[in-house]
Amino acid sequence: MSGFRLREGGVVDRGRPLRWRFDGRARAGLAGDTVGSAMLAAGLGTVARSFKYHRPRGVMTAGEEEPAALVTLGREARRTPNAKAPAVELVEGLEVSGQNAWPSVRFDLGQVNDLLGRYFAAGFYYKTFFGISGRGTWEWMRFERVIRAAAGLGRAADPFDVAKAGPKGTEAYDVVHDHCDIAVVGGGAAGIAAAEAAAAAGNDVVLIEQDFLLGGRLIGRADLTVDGENGAVWLEARRAALAAAGVRVLTRTTAFGLYDGNVLGLLQRAADANTPGRSAKRPEGAFRILRPSRVILATGAQERLFACAGNDRPGVMLAGAMERYASRWAVAPGSRAVIATASDGAHDAAQVLARAGVEVVLADARADTGTAGDASRAAGVTVLSGHVPVAVNGSRRVKSVWLGRSDGAADGIALANTDRLIKADCLGLSGGWSPAIHLVCHRGVKPVWDARLGAFRAGDEGRLPAGLSLAGACDGRGMLQAAVGDGRAAGEAAARDLGTRKRARRRPDEDAATASPLHAVQKPGAKAKAFLDPMHDVTTSDIRLAAREGYTSVEHMKRYTTLGMATDQGKTGGVAGLGVLAATLGQTIAETGITTFRPPYTPVPLAALAGRARGAHWQPTRLTPMHDVLAAAGARFTDAGHWKRCWYMPRALGGDGDPRRTRQAREDVGAAYIREAATVRRACGLCDVSTLGKIDVAGPDAATFLNRVYVNGFAKLPVGKARYGVMLRDDGIVLDDGVAWRLAEDRFWVTCTTAQAGRVMHWLEYLADIRWPELRVTLTSSTDRWAGMAIAGPCARAALQRLIVDGDVSNEGLPFMGVRDVTAAVEGGVVPVRLGRVSFSGELAFELHTPAGWGAALWQAAVTAVEAEGGCIYGLEALGALRIEKGHVTGAELDGRMTLGDAGLGRMASTKKDFVGKALMAREGLVEDGRPSLVHVVPVEREARFGGGAVLCDPKAPGGVGGRDGHGIGWITGVTWSDAFDCWLGIGFAEGGPSAWAGREITVREPAAPGNGGGSGPDTGPAVRARIKSAHRLDPEGARMHA
Amino acid sequence: MMRIACPYCGERDEAEFTYIGSADVVYPPLDAPAEAWCEALFFHENRRGRVNELWCHTHGCGSYLVIERDTATHEIFSVRLANAADHEAVRGADAGTGRSTAVEPAE
Repeated sequence: MSGFRLREGGVVDRGRPLRWRFDGRARAGLAGDTVGSAMLAAGLGTVARSFKYHRPRGVMTAGEEEPAALVTLGREARRTPNAKAPAVELVEGLEVSGQNAWPSVRFDLGQVNDLLGRYFAAGFYYKTFFGISGRGTWEWMRFERVIRAAAGLGRAADPFDVAKAGPKGTEAYDVVHDHCDIAVVGGGAAGIAAAEAAAAAGNDVVLIEQDFLLGGRLIGRADLTVDGENGAVWLEARRAALAAAGVRVLTRTTAFGLYDGNVLGLLQRAADANTPGRSAKRPEGAFRILRPSRVILATGAQERLFACAGNDRPGVMLAGAMERYASRWAVAPGSRAVIATASDGAHDAAQVLARAGVEVVLADARADTGTAGDASRAAGVTVLSGHVPVAVNGSRRVKSVWLGRSDGAADGIALANTDRLIKADCLGLSGGWSPAIHLVCHRGVKPVWDARLGAFRAGDEGRLPAGLSLAGACDGRGMLQAAVGDGRAAGEAAARDLGTRKRARRRPDEDAATASPLHAVQKPGAKAKAFLDPMHDVTTSDIRLAAREGYTSVEHMKRYTTLGMATDQGKTGGVAGLGVLAATLGQTIAETGITTFRPPYTPVPLAALAGRARGAHWQPTRLTPMHDVLAAAGARFTDAGHWKRCWYMPRALGGDGDPRRTRQAREDVGAAYIREAATVRRACGLCDVSTLGKIDVAGPDAATFLNRVYVNGFAKLPVGKARYGVMLRDDGIVLDDGVAWRLAEDRFWVTCTTAQAGRVMHWLEYLADIRWPELRVTLTSSTDRWAGMAIAGPCARAALQRLIVDGDVSNEGLPFMGVRDVTAAVEGGVVPVRLGRVSFSGELAFELHTPAGWGAALWQAAVTAVEAEGGCIYGLEALGALRIEKGHVTGAELDGRMTLGDAGLGRMASTKKDFVGKALMAREGLVEDGRPSLVHVVPVEREARFGGGAVLCDPKAPGGVGGRDGHGIGWITGVTWSDAFDCWLGIGFAEGGPSAWAGREITVREPAAPGNGGGSGPDTGPAVRARIKSAHRLDPEGARMHA
Repeated sequence: MMRIACPYCGERDEAEFTYIGSADVVYPPLDAPAEAWCEALFFHENRRGRVNELWCHTHGCGSYLVIERDTATHEIFSVRLANAADHEAVRGADAGTGRSTAVEPAE
């Protein structure tokens, strides 16, 4: 016989049957059921297989603490593995399947592991695979795949299925930022009383309950009395009172973490989250970040199991869970039950089961069972005092339980021999109750063993963090009425202290529960497995083995045995494991201590934390003012930080070359950039440079400010001129480069690289605000206010003259680095242009900036002007080609490790003034010979090429590893086809610079490139012969720029 | 998540702020010798307990703040503008409204 639905009682709707499936077979349940209760009601025994030994497992608990009944919900893209069956609300059509078993959980070939169990003790893998002399980790790598496949949990949704379903077909969560005055975590009797009292003065109160019903252990308990009323009536009245008081009740919501400032991390699940076929448009749930002023934790207590031989068999449960199933879901776990405990608490469970018609034998380890024993006998329970369960018989189902005589359980460990065999189909364990102190411990409060309570409590001195209080069973109150009174007091105190940082005082302990814990029953000489962590298959012998091998610290023992490291985090068996360790070491459990509680309390899907920030919404997208015009013209874009930048502008191949004809074959990026770059060198080109960082620097001390920031002089820069400048960090390393335009005596306009714009802005603000508060200077980021474009090439001036309607832009009128305000003609009128003669490509070039709103209009006029001079639009790829040829550095070179000298800019540093980084840029080590130096890398064979990130090797280096013990003598930061040099051309760094390598050949290797096997050093993969040359070979006198 | 009371913006989430460094470091003048700069940049105490830290309200008003904080408990004792002149100006403005720019320490 196994579990069955009782004829009456329970908080289930017998008029609303629900159909669901387990491993494809149709099953029946009732509205109000969980998957766990429906499984028990359906008489299912084995519903899961264990992690390591593949032993059959059934439902053990009635909530989130479940360590055994792990199942997979849904299928394909919407598959959720490792759900805890008793914590899943049953919905119509729910598909549940077993996991970690083949072919099925009922018959699993992996069970062979159980027979080999004595070889799979704690540390098996380390000992077996890592210790083999001479073979090292090789053996492990050979077997890892097999072992990982055999041991495990459920499988996450297949990436293929997820990709097929797309973002609309996969789970989506919302992220909600929420605030309130008082948050109460836990909707049991204490939490309800606390919330009602806290809301009395009109406070905004949120009550958080992980279940789909409020009431906790009071649900279905009309037989209990609260405030003089029957439990069911009281609960109904309180629900109405909470609604009337405006308390926001969040059911199906787990508080998984409590963080600094009493911020709560909540995971809220939609009621129909698991309903098949529901629209994926609506969120499956929400990650709520709740910021309350005060928090009351009324998280209750959790029952603990204890170890005895075979205590993981389907049919073995927690005693309190049996009571829950009978009272709340009207499900009897079996028809003949044994309940085993050493405390009063489990007597209630025995009585409830007996009243429901189950034949109950209660084995109490204590010789004197007191009034609890009398009450149990009166309810028809057979009470055997001084008895403990020694062994459980049965494989896929409990068949009988061996009881033994015990003379009490000193320190929670009972020694007993088999004495009498009780025929039973289920066994209820109760090793004691642990206050659920997880959340308060997330705030750094230390758990302290309370011998009277037989459990860990949160801190004994009552120094809780400000704004936090505990109420009810989570603070050790045992009795229902005491918990309610405690909750009410906590609620009133929180309302009174709202708005202050007053710390909660712990209330007196008179009504605290007392219990004698039971951690393990041992039969001398017996070898059968007695489980402490049913999810990770950790047994008492594993703990003893760990202690024998020296893992005596509780944190070491945990990691060696993995006790409590499964997804249930040892909620039911962790303390019993500590008890066994303590007994093995001859300590008290207080001396042994407990491992640290860390968030999350229960697993949180990453999808919930991500919320809607997925795919295109992962980061903001920044578009330049010319984006739409470029896109319409067929531009291809690439990501540069948050920006979409024009990568290249492909021409159609054949036909009339119009890129707007979409069906024609187009140039790929390789063909396009080479053409674009060549056009710039030959005629001219137009490039969108709106992404450049732009900062307005204004004030009487603006020049002084920039003079301290840049390594070169800015104090004497005349109005109407721009200057290239480099800034260093405090430690003498290059931060960024850019051009500062002097617009007026007290006004500069600083441009910086796209990548570093934000960083430079913050750095300058910091300097102005904190380091040099005496300087009268203001900084304003104006990046997005301007549309910028560059016209470069020998015909740039001619194109510019077509565009502007005033101003002399001749070589005399606007010399190199000259800036001025002009006006340009665009369709329908004229626009103002801030014009500067600055060059990144090495050609005669102009930068045109206009207020963002006119950007598209100016761009279109500029395209016409440039094309009239035989030019074209060029993208980021061609821009890169041009600057590599010219030897101009960018973010790839200025990577936070480079000095001015490394970048070939050493001569820029002024010796006449002080500037940021000056003191440390000349440090020993930053100026030594053989520093990496900016170079061109040219292949010996014209067609040979290499990629960015390739390593430069010295084939003659000692040891044959390419120099520097395998690190090579330099690296490549950028590669392009160079029309100007008619070869593939790399820019990068080489030790000592060109002079050190004159007349010598080096090799370029790409150890990490695909196909090279990710070898073990740069001396692997094919080598390209190359020479190192100066990076400043294209027009070194600058005649083109100055034309 | 720490809650930081920005003098301009009010109590905000830690995620809006960026940690810059210790507020107790005195940076030498630009013409100071390398040794002084090394001392200021590289030799810092890593104290457990109450410290003064420089933060920036990056995703807010952008102000630089000096936060007096306990590194062990994350308790925040006071928040003020790092720029002394601004701090005085805000305090002056607040004198009229009776608002305090610093969080009072817990009892």
